[in-house]
Amino acid sequence: MSDFTPTEMMIIAASRALTNDDVCFVGIGAPSAACNVARLTHAPDITLIYESGTVGTKPDVLPLSIGDGELCDTALFTVSVPEMFRYWLQGGRITTGFLGGAQIDKFANLNTTVVGPYEHPKVRLPGGGGAPEIASNCGQIFITMALSKRGFVDKLNFITSMGHGEGGNHRERLGMKTKGPTRVITDLCILEPEPVTKELTVVSIHRGVTREQIVENCGWPIKFAETVIDTPVPTDTELQTLRDINARTKRAHQGNKEAA
Amino acid sequence: MARLTSLAEAISDNVHDGDTVAMEGFTHLIPYAAGHEVIRQGKKDLFLIRMTPDILYDQLIGAGAARGMKFSWGGNPGVGSLHRFRDAVENQWPRPLEIEEHSHAAMANAYEAGAANLPFAMLRGYIGADLTKVNPNIKQVTCPFTGEVLAAVSAIRPDVTIIHALRADRKGNVLIEGIVGVQKEAVLGAKRSIVTVEEIVDELNPPSPNSVVLPSWAVTAVVEVPGGAFPSYAQGYYPRSNAFYIAWDEIARDRDTFQAWIEENIMKAGPEDFAKHAKKAA
Repeated sequence: MSDFTPTEMMIIAASRALTNDDVCFVGIGAPSAACNVARLTHAPDITLIYESGTVGTKPDVLPLSIGDGELCDTALFTVSVPEMFRYWLQGGRITTGFLGGAQIDKFANLNTTVVGPYEHPKVRLPGGGGAPEIASNCGQIFITMALSKRGFVDKLNFITSMGHGEGGNHRERLGMKTKGPTRVITDLCILEPEPVTKELTVVSIHRGVTREQIVENCGWPIKFAETVIDTPVPTDTELQTLRDINARTKRAHQGNKEAA
Repeated sequence: MARLTSLAEAISDNVHDGDTVAMEGFTHLIPYAAGHEVIRQGKKDLFLIRMTPDILYDQLIGAGAARGMKFSWGGNPGVGSLHRFRDAVENQWPRPLEIEEHSHAAMANAYEAGAANLPFAMLRGYIGADLTKVNPNIKQVTCPFTGEVLAAVSAIRPDVTIIHALRADRKGNVLIEGIVGVQKEAVLGAKRSIVTVEEIVDELNPPSPNSVVLPSWAVTAVVEVPGGAFPSYAQGYYPRSNAFYIAWDEIARDRDTFQAWIEENIMKAGPEDFAKHAKKAA
């Protein structure tokens, strides 16, 4: 089982960033897959929280939405949405937020709002949802997105949620005490903010990927850390866990199809 | 006391052209049957409010019922865009849509402030976020004790809130369980409220002393509509039809297929057509 896709590598690398002690606010899509792979492999006691109010949830299939019944059925408890955002998120109880996005810049600011001007957008995206406050109130933020020129852009049209702003100590200057984005996991490599400038820098490269490929797929002249390691390839257990949950999810989402 | 009535009457009595209307439900218990009745009755110029406008608001917007929308995340969860919402914002079809955009945290706080009869909500939010540059209704307030500057948003006080719940008793007391979202706050903050339920029972028998119950005297109208949350779901009754959410992407992508769907499934249908979804999964 040594063959794996770039997306599988991305999700597994993302899952490894999580620990048993994390209380994690989970976004839908790749973040949700990564968090549940972590729970089913090396971090069985991780607490997964979805913004619909489900706390300590252990879904058997990945939810399509943040509020699938599966999340509530398998949660330790479920709270109202105001309680979720006020007591648990703003209250500082969440160690890690796991986000995806449509676009990211070199300081890990995210855009999920518009492409083009806000008043006359070329593409109207769904918007921020919970992200603006997840980004500021969680202890730290992990981001997972495929590396592409469209997604990794030099300048964002719109900052939906702030990462490191203009870089340096921008977060501190705005009064934030949380770390912000500490790792960005892509399908080709892993990026981390440089400690002082906070510019995202390549720290680990996945198997079979060249530096040229990374440079070509990034919208800004991307920098490499002094020491760049090879990302360990997925283990059999990690791959099997991810493939199993994806297969269960596909079966579950195909059922119950009819017109309203 | 809540009036137990038909869906057609509940909507015609309580939803008026130009009203500010919240149809809430955080993925769970979305009041589809009631929203379809609003479209069927040709209500217009509505200002819609909802944290997560999904397919139901795509339908209302595409049908031309809305003049504006206040929201925090407008997509088809896990699937992608809301094509009718996008068409309205990008191309003003079928009419321009005024938008007031917030974050989830701000909307949730604003609903709570509405329920608490306060004029505004405050939160430690929007730090470094560009929404503050495009939405003049996001303001700041300084804590009189610490001097901390916090974000402030006005309370949400809809003319009418519409929700779907699990069940009600014959007096009109309503029970909500599972992912309860902001429904309680949205009802308590509104001038009028309509609650559709899966079933009306003799005894409500709330499962816990801490159950989420909306008493009859806090609700305007209660209507029994089995299956009324489909393709969303009702905890313990039927699951979410993720397959329909996926299928909607194709239906809504094109104006003609969308309009044909509305004609066939809303204009020529009624609330009783939802019952088959409730039975199916039982």
